[in-house]
Amino acid sequence: MYSPEILFAALLNGVMTGAIYALIAVGLTLVYGVLHIINFAHGAILTAAMFAVYGLHAAWRVDPYLALLPLTVGFFVLGYAVQQLIIGPASRGDDGNILLITLGLAIIIENALLAVFRSDTRSVDVPYAFSVVEIGGLLFSLPRLLAVAVVIAVALLLWLFLAYSRTGVAIRAVAKEKIGAELCGIDVARIYAVTFGLGAACLAIAGSLLMPTYLVNPRVGNAFVLVAFTIVVLGGMGSVPGALLGGLFIGVVESFSGLFMGESLGQIGIFLIFILVLLVRPTGLFGAKA
Amino acid sequence: MSGASAYGSVLALAAGLGVLPVATESNVLLNFLVFMLIVSVAATGWNLLGGYGGQFSFGHAAFFGTGAYGMAILQERAGLNAWAALPIAIALGAAVGAFIGALAFRARLRGSYFALVTLAFAEVLRILANVLPITGGAAGILIRLRVDPWHFQFADQRVLYWVALGFLAGALLLVRAIERARFGAWLVAVRENEDAARALGVDALAVKIAAITLSAAITAAAGCLYAQKFLYLDAAIAYGPWISVEALLAPVIGGAGTVFGPVLGAVVLLGLGELTKAWIGDLTGGAVPGVDLVLFGVLLILCVAFAPRGIIGLLFRLRVWARWARS
Amino acid sequence: MKIGILQPVTGALAQDGEHGRLGAEIAIEEINAAGGIKSLGGARLSMVFGDARSNPEGGVAEVERMQAEGVVAIIGGFASPIALAASQAAARYDIPYVVDVGVSDQIVQRGLRNTFRFGPGFGTVTKAALDNLVAINEAAGRPARTVVIVHEDGLFGSGLARLLNAQLPERGFTVLETISHPTPSRDMSNVALRIRALNPDVLIPSSYYSEFVLLARTLHQQRIKPKAIYAVLNGAASNFRFVREFPEAANLIMDCNHWADPRKAKTAEVRAKAEATGRFWLYNIPLNYSCVRLVADAIERAGSTDRIRIIEALAASTFEDHIMPYGPTRFLNGQNQGAAPVNTQVQDRDIKVIFPRAFANATPIFPAV
Repeated sequence: MYSPEILFAALLNGVMTGAIYALIAVGLTLVYGVLHIINFAHGAILTAAMFAVYGLHAAWRVDPYLALLPLTVGFFVLGYAVQQLIIGPASRGDDGNILLITLGLAIIIENALLAVFRSDTRSVDVPYAFSVVEIGGLLFSLPRLLAVAVVIAVALLLWLFLAYSRTGVAIRAVAKEKIGAELCGIDVARIYAVTFGLGAACLAIAGSLLMPTYLVNPRVGNAFVLVAFTIVVLGGMGSVPGALLGGLFIGVVESFSGLFMGESLGQIGIFLIFILVLLVRPTGLFGAKA
Repeated sequence: MSGASAYGSVLALAAGLGVLPVATESNVLLNFLVFMLIVSVAATGWNLLGGYGGQFSFGHAAFFGTGAYGMAILQERAGLNAWAALPIAIALGAAVGAFIGALAFRARLRGSYFALVTLAFAEVLRILANVLPITGGAAGILIRLRVDPWHFQFADQRVLYWVALGFLAGALLLVRAIERARFGAWLVAVRENEDAARALGVDALAVKIAAITLSAAITAAAGCLYAQKFLYLDAAIAYGPWISVEALLAPVIGGAGTVFGPVLGAVVLLGLGELTKAWIGDLTGGAVPGVDLVLFGVLLILCVAFAPRGIIGLLFRLRVWARWARS
Repeated sequence: MKIGILQPVTGALAQDGEHGRLGAEIAIEEINAAGGIKSLGGARLSMVFGDARSNPEGGVAEVERMQAEGVVAIIGGFASPIALAASQAAARYDIPYVVDVGVSDQIVQRGLRNTFRFGPGFGTVTKAALDNLVAINEAAGRPARTVVIVHEDGLFGSGLARLLNAQLPERGFTVLETISHPTPSRDMSNVALRIRALNPDVLIPSSYYSEFVLLARTLHQQRIKPKAIYAVLNGAASNFRFVREFPEAANLIMDCNHWADPRKAKTAEVRAKAEATGRFWLYNIPLNYSCVRLVADAIERAGSTDRIRIIEALAASTFEDHIMPYGPTRFLNGQNQGAAPVNTQVQDRDIKVIFPRAFANATPIFPAV
């Protein structure tokens, strides 16, 4: 058995990892909730965001946290354009087609990054990468604690946006009742593009928060996607608060199952919980009734 | 379509593919074709459940891997003959299918929920196979090299090709028979509108479980073929997401819910991959990795944009247009 | 005269494959510049490159293509699963196959007469690593008794961990725990946490590049400093990129791994050529360089492009003009008997050789704290 302080540290580690998972899952769940598609390109877009952070730092020494804002805007535009110019026209609204197109996009992005940056693992060297905060005799990474705060702020902003802004209301309307929303004069194609853009913007933020302590290579995003899928389901597909709580929950579960079962076998913990939740309560732990 | 011509088209395809090795000496082509046949068989399994039954699975690796590992373990650990191991390995794959189906369909999972639960099962099996001693753990399992038809290993690539072709023909005939039987009609009814089907007295749960069991058996057979071709397995090969993706992509590209869709899709999918690889390789000498796959991705999207109902759907549309133009 | 070079340059193993290809390219260039294969009238070598796509099917497909293009031999594979499948496919056509890195001992235990491994396998590496660890510990007055093993959960890491677990107790060490992790890993905080709780004298990590960098950075951040970090076949601990990018986290880490022989003049020459392409010096480069030279020597002695005669020439090889610290080549059942790893330690932002003593350019700094 581990000492209480180790357990506490594992808990906090789980929260810190889970916060990043949550942000990635928020993007995924938004796109799922509105477009009803499983976006296979999500991981590749995250990789692209991380390379963007790396590239800005390598070329002009732009600090990852400074890069956060412009990249968020840039990736929103990029996501908007991808949905409006590629996914929308090429899929003609068919789910199977969207699946194939996002898969095709993932292959393109991942391998374009491979061709440009090659396969080497890279990281950014910032002075605060090893900064720590001492809590109860334990050391915690400052950049990762910061990430938790930013994720909570982003989730709050997003929730306010969805609840109160005109576009946010329209997004929720399309998510609930697409045809009805269309009849009310909402431009569904534009809402789709905005939603896809928001999903990509979340990934830009996640990339900026990850890079000070993590690393990037052309396949790095894949490591996060599967876990993001499970969080989306746990939180209830389409639910932003669900994704946030689900992310933190999975982060903690992973942390403890890693501690007690080992990192390799610990991964089973996530999937077993996932299967159980699906079988018992398919609307998700935190989701409203579908 | 009359009975004779319904089955005749499958046999004609098999016969057509069967004479290919006579026409070519190229082992590159044969190797490619064998792999394509393996993917086609796996995809035909997926098509039965996903195409006809409308239940999209992201986790057919669970069945493929069970078939493959079954084949390897029964030979290497239990000392069984390869041909005796084959039906048992297929049955094991079917059992895994029945198990997952019983759990998932009883819980009324459908759409993305069903897709993700199959994915999760495949991942659990992959992680387990990577640590359990019976699968050889992370070191993987090697099937002894004994080139002898008695051990399901052939000196001549062409024989393996014909055997794989036999598997594919069998799978296609089975799908065709189901399509024409009452069971097939129930399956399609469940896909189109499950509540309506149930109202008409179809036992939707039983139909779906039967479909996933058969589907798993076919895909497990593909796993058996894989094991005998490469004679080495590890968890990432047998239960890795790659085969789940191939088994799903091929029918969707070719035309889900049609007998030949998965085969056509596998030809296009793998053929495109090989062509882009060869073409970019000639162009750049392979100096920049990944360029061929970028091109492959672009072609995949174009393919979807211009053939949204799969290639079979495109062919069908072209025929309709041709008729309309003539009239 | 075509030589097949098989490496994964797309997919999960692309980073290693690129370095392997570079080593082979340098060797082929050199051989051609020196007049090609003399016994065949100065025949030039030309490379048929195949991307194994980081999986066995990709490897086999490329072997078939190489056969169609008429290669006289194939070199490479990098990972054990690719090497296992590709060498077997090559065996159908009696194409001589020289494995560059794949350390699984199954590779040379299948009785394939076409398959040779120039470098050391698991067993050899583990034995050397433990001999050296004991020697280092003895010299310092035995300060280390307890060990934690951290390994990636694939064939390579798990295989090593099993051997280490079996042999460490015989050498007077207690294994406190064996921690496995998947590749890719998203986080190493919990691994670090367990190491902190166990407080071992020695940490033995066997992982690929990214995961080890992550672990080393986390340990550094958490101020966890065992008496030694003693890596075995690690993807990063003797990689100059890691040393250059994270000098503090890398400092004093030891590694038992493939390494070029620094005594040979050729080594510096090959290294200069490799670094001129903008890449870091990695063991894949000298290994593949040497494998190509080994094959060229066999063809030279066979005086023929006949594959069987090349296989026979390889089996009888006493080649010593390579840049690995192996001495004359001698194959027994396909395994080069002289193959051995080298121990390195990161000192003063450089990677120094600490074992074997015959060509060590530094003494081990142990304990590190």
